[in-house]
Formats: sequence, C-alpha cells, structure tokens
Amino acid sequence: MKQNDTFHIGGKALTSRLFTGTGKYGDDTLIPAVCAASGAQVITVALRRVDLDKKADNVMRHIPEHMVLLPNTSGARTADEAVRIARLARAMGCGDWIKIEIIADNRYLLPDGYETAKATEILATEGFVVLPYMNPDLYVARSLASAGAAAVMPLGAPIGTNRGLRTEEMIRILIEEMDLPVIVDAGIGAPSQACQAMEMGAAACLVNTAIATASDPLGMGRAFGQAVAAGRAAFLAGPGAVATLARPSSPLTGFLDEPGGAA
Amino acid sequence: MSFLPEALRLLREPLEERLRATTEADVSRVLGRERISENDFLALLSPAAGACLEALASRAKDLTERHFGRTISLFTPLYVSNHCANRCRYCGFAATNTIPRSKLTIAEVRAEGEAIAATGLRQILLLTGEAPHTAGVPYLEDCVRVLRPLFPSIAIEVFPMETKDYARLIQAGVDSLTVFQETYDPTLYADLHPAGPKRNYAFRLDTPQRGAEAGMRVVNIGALLGLTDWRRELFVTGLHAAWLQKNYPGVDVAMSLPRMRPHAGDFEPACVVSDRDLVQAMTALRLFLPRLSITISTRETSGFRDNILPLGVTRMSAGVSTAVGGHAKPAETGQFEISDGRSVAEVCRMLRAKGYQPVFKDWEPLEVSA
Ligand code: SF4
Repeated sequence: MKQNDTFHIGGKALTSRLFTGTGKYGDDTLIPAVCAASGAQVITVALRRVDLDKKADNVMRHIPEHMVLLPNTSGARTADEAVRIARLARAMGCGDWIKIEIIADNRYLLPDGYETAKATEILATEGFVVLPYMNPDLYVARSLASAGAAAVMPLGAPIGTNRGLRTEEMIRILIEEMDLPVIVDAGIGAPSQACQAMEMGAAACLVNTAIATASDPLGMGRAFGQAVAAGRAAFLAGPGAVATLARPSSPLTGFLDEPGGAA
Repeated sequence: MSFLPEALRLLREPLEERLRATTEADVSRVLGRERISENDFLALLSPAAGACLEALASRAKDLTERHFGRTISLFTPLYVSNHCANRCRYCGFAATNTIPRSKLTIAEVRAEGEAIAATGLRQILLLTGEAPHTAGVPYLEDCVRVLRPLFPSIAIEVFPMETKDYARLIQAGVDSLTVFQETYDPTLYADLHPAGPKRNYAFRLDTPQRGAEAGMRVVNIGALLGLTDWRRELFVTGLHAAWLQKNYPGVDVAMSLPRMRPHAGDFEPACVVSDRDLVQAMTALRLFLPRLSITISTRETSGFRDNILPLGVTRMSAGVSTAVGGHAKPAETGQFEISDGRSVAEVCRMLRAKGYQPVFKDWEPLEVSA
C-alpha cells in the first residue's frame, strides 16, 4: 500500500478519511470517545443547536481540541439563510470550514442544488472552505466546482435512511469526472457501505446517524474507522479487473490458432 | 388551494366500516411495506392493528431514531392572556366560565420569560385565548420583542389570523405556529363551538396553510382526542399533515396528540382514548409520516410520558403551568389540569437516564426587524 496516504483539503492534512457528526446522540459526552475510537478528524456540528449563552451545556464543549470543526447550515432553506449561518459560525470562532446544507423539502430532506451553488459562490469568495451537501448530479457538481467548492458531498441515500449507496452509479460518475474530492454524505448505514464507497474511489465518507444511534456508538465508530481505511487501502491497491465473461476451457476462437485453421 | 375539499371527501367515506373490515392479515401485509399509503395508514389505525402493537412500536422506534436521533426537543407554554370570546364546551377558558380573567403587562411577560429562561429552556410557546381585541397582533408583537433576547425560538398558539398578520409576527421573531382543529367532524365542530369566531370551521381548517404561506418554519396541528372516535380523527389529521408536507415542503410539519383532560367546563369526553389507543395512534402516525415532529404534552402522566418516549416522540413540554402568569407567581385557574408537574430539571434527568438528550435550542434565528 502507498505510504503516507494523507488527505489534503482546505489547507489541512488528514490521516483519517472518516468524517463524523454531533447530531442525534442520546448523550453528547460520548462524542470524545467516539472520535477517539473511530479516528475521525473532522466533525460536523449544526449551528442551530449551539446555544451561545449556555456555554456549560453546549455540544461544542464535547468536541476534542484536535478535531477540524465543520459547522453546517442545517435549517437553512435558501442560499441567503445559509450564508448568514456560515458568517455567524465564523464570527463565533468556528473556523473557516462550512458544510452547506440547503434543504427546503422536509419530507425527504433533499438538498437544493441551485441555492447550494449560489451560497457556495458567495462563501468561497469570502474565503470559506466550502463543502456542499448535494444530490449526486454531474451538472450540479460542476457548478459547485466552478463556484469554488473545496469538495462535493453527494448523498448515498436520503438523510437518516441508512439505505446505503443507492446512488452508486451517479457517485461513480462524479468520482470519474470531478477533480474535486468526492465525500459521500448521508444514507450510509453500515461499515460495509462506507467501505464500498471508498473502494470506488470516494475521498472520504461522512457518517453520523449510523454511529450515533447504534447500540454501541463506540464500537460502531471503530468499525466505521476501520471500514473506511480498508476501502481506501483496497482502492489504492487497485483491485484486479472483474471478469465479465467466462473463459471456456476450449475457447470458441481456439480453432484460429490450430494448424489448418483459418488462414 | 385548501385542505377543505380533501377533508370533506375523507369524511364522506365509510371509514368506520373500512376500519372494522381490516383484518390482522391486512395489517401484517402493511407492516411489510416500505412506504405506507393512505389506505395502509387507515389499516394501521384499525382495531385489528391493536393486536400488532409491538410490531408497530418497534418500527416506530427505529424510524424515529434514524430521523431524529435520541434527542427530544423541550419547550414550555407561556400563557399571556386567558380572555376568550369563544365558548368551546371542552375548555376552561370559555367565555361562559366564571374564572378570573387576566392579561399580562409587557413587564409581566418579561418576568415570566426570565423565570422560564432561568430553567434553561430556549423554546417557548406563547398562548392566549381567542380575544383579538384584548390580546391582538400588536400586543403579541410587543410580547415577542421582549421575549426574543431570551428565546431563539418562539411559537404561538393564539387565534387564527390572516396571512399578513402571521407575516408581521414572523418579522417580530415568531417562527412556529400551533393551531388545533379540535375535531375534523363539521357537525360535531358546530355543536362544540356554539358561539364566537371559532365557529368558522373552514377558516380554522385553513389556518395552518396561511401560516405556512406567511413563512412559518414549523406548523403544528392536532385534534383533541376524546371528542369523537379517535381513529377517524387521527386518520384525517394525519392526512392533513401529509397534505401540508406535500404542499409546503419547506415547512417542518408537526403534530400534537392531546387527550381530553379535566377542566373548568362541564363537557365530558365522548370517547375514552386509552393508553394503548394513544400508542397505536402515535406509532401508526410515525410509520405513515416518518419525518413528522410529534409532541407529547404534560397533559399525560409522567409515567406514561416516560414509556411512550421512544415510540415516536420528538418534542415534549416541561415545567408547565397553564395559568396566566403561572411561572413567576402562584398559579390561578389553568386552561386544563396538567398531569406531569415535573420541573425542567426533573424531565431532563429522566431523559438522560433513558439515553435521550434534551435539546433546548434547535434554531438559530436570523436577523429580524427590531
Ligand atoms: S379552546 Fe381556546 S378558543 Fe376555545 S374557549 Fe378555550 S381558549 Fe377560548
């Protein structure tokens, strides 16, 4: 395996390609242990849940120092709202990374590509490291890239469904076509699915629900950390070509090589 | 556009017959489906589905955890006025009841707000009776302005308004609207609301959508369970929620499942909704609408609230007084009697013991006009 497989993004060098989240935990005090067990170095936090006036009872308190904070714009329904939340996050001292989530569909929580591109453009100009959550659509990905996104974060399946890589073919196209890192976000429900995304060549995976709501979040965090690393290793190792045709022991064209066969 | 024709269509259907005709085998087939249709939802509300409660509960728990995590959003109501022009036969605030009437001054509203904020809560539900001349839009705007620095999220449960009035309150800092239809049965509705502006069934029915059009972030609806057959009521309420989700995809649609409680009036519940029934109602609703926010209030006993928690609940009220000014000074007569009188700290302790995280703040308000 290639040594020193560091993931460079937004001016940071990461050794883990698992991103995790803070939402949905029954108890935020689990967060440091999950970060340690999973090895994740990037953690997303919904600004809407952070109470600035109540420092004592605040999710931020549980995020280990060494983690890269990825505030998200959860709750934003328009580009304008996302931009305002991002600026608020920066003013609060959450750093320059921002995960754009613009969702105006509360039934399926699907992201709005047009508004996401608008917000990305504004925030990238302001110097944010913009990671937009998106539908795996090549045209949207291209517009996000030209708007200045640092990566694209396509969904594997709708948020919270744990249905895995339902959008596999579209994500595969993004990985092939885009020069930006492709970070699979949402829908991953099991370590095997994260591993599969990494084998396909995804740059990283973001997993929250599957870890936070597992019976043993630490054990599940560890499993995801290992799965993501295994998938990455397999991708780097370059899997052997998958044979699509059987190789008959007496080849159909074997006669061509026989003496007295075709001239 | 209105939900009214849809509601009337549903109410013309022989729902009771369909509910009775549903068999356990029908329910098992529904439980095997990924997507629950309107007909499937009705099957889950049938008496036959009552025998499959454990299966419903386990799917409801799973869906709730995946979509909302192990978190419960906490809020408390703040009653600012109990003047009311209506005569709802099931309510302690009805104009015909001789109870002391009061309306908080803005200074008193601030004192109440401070008392509530001291408990740690950051989401509040502002309530009045229906008396727009006594406690109207300008008064509510003033209340919201003094409460905004203390609470990132302010909901209202007041009289139904026009869209432009909701827009004014949103400007002042309101983000959520609660309005209960009480009953979807128009005949019973007319009987229970003998006088006052609330008699207008259609205007009330369209209230959630006027709120959604004005830009409310959350719209919370509900029927008062016990006024008539709960299965029918819940079916129509569920379809109202689905209709709102479909037509206003940007709105977080929520539902409360209040059961009748003792109050100062003389009305007795027409149908008793048992604990089992309420569990069936909530789990069926969760399967039909996996992303619906569901509120359980302190009308329910503490023991029942603790047990029902994992089965679909996403919001709870805590530290409640239903009397005007009941947080900062000793309580007068409330709108109804509460059952779970635990403090916010006690509810939080219970949630944590059960592996749930109490969420105090779930929205960051963007700039609003001063
Ligand atoms: S339910 Fe509301 S409108 Fe009816 S009497 Fe009570 S406070 Fe007034």
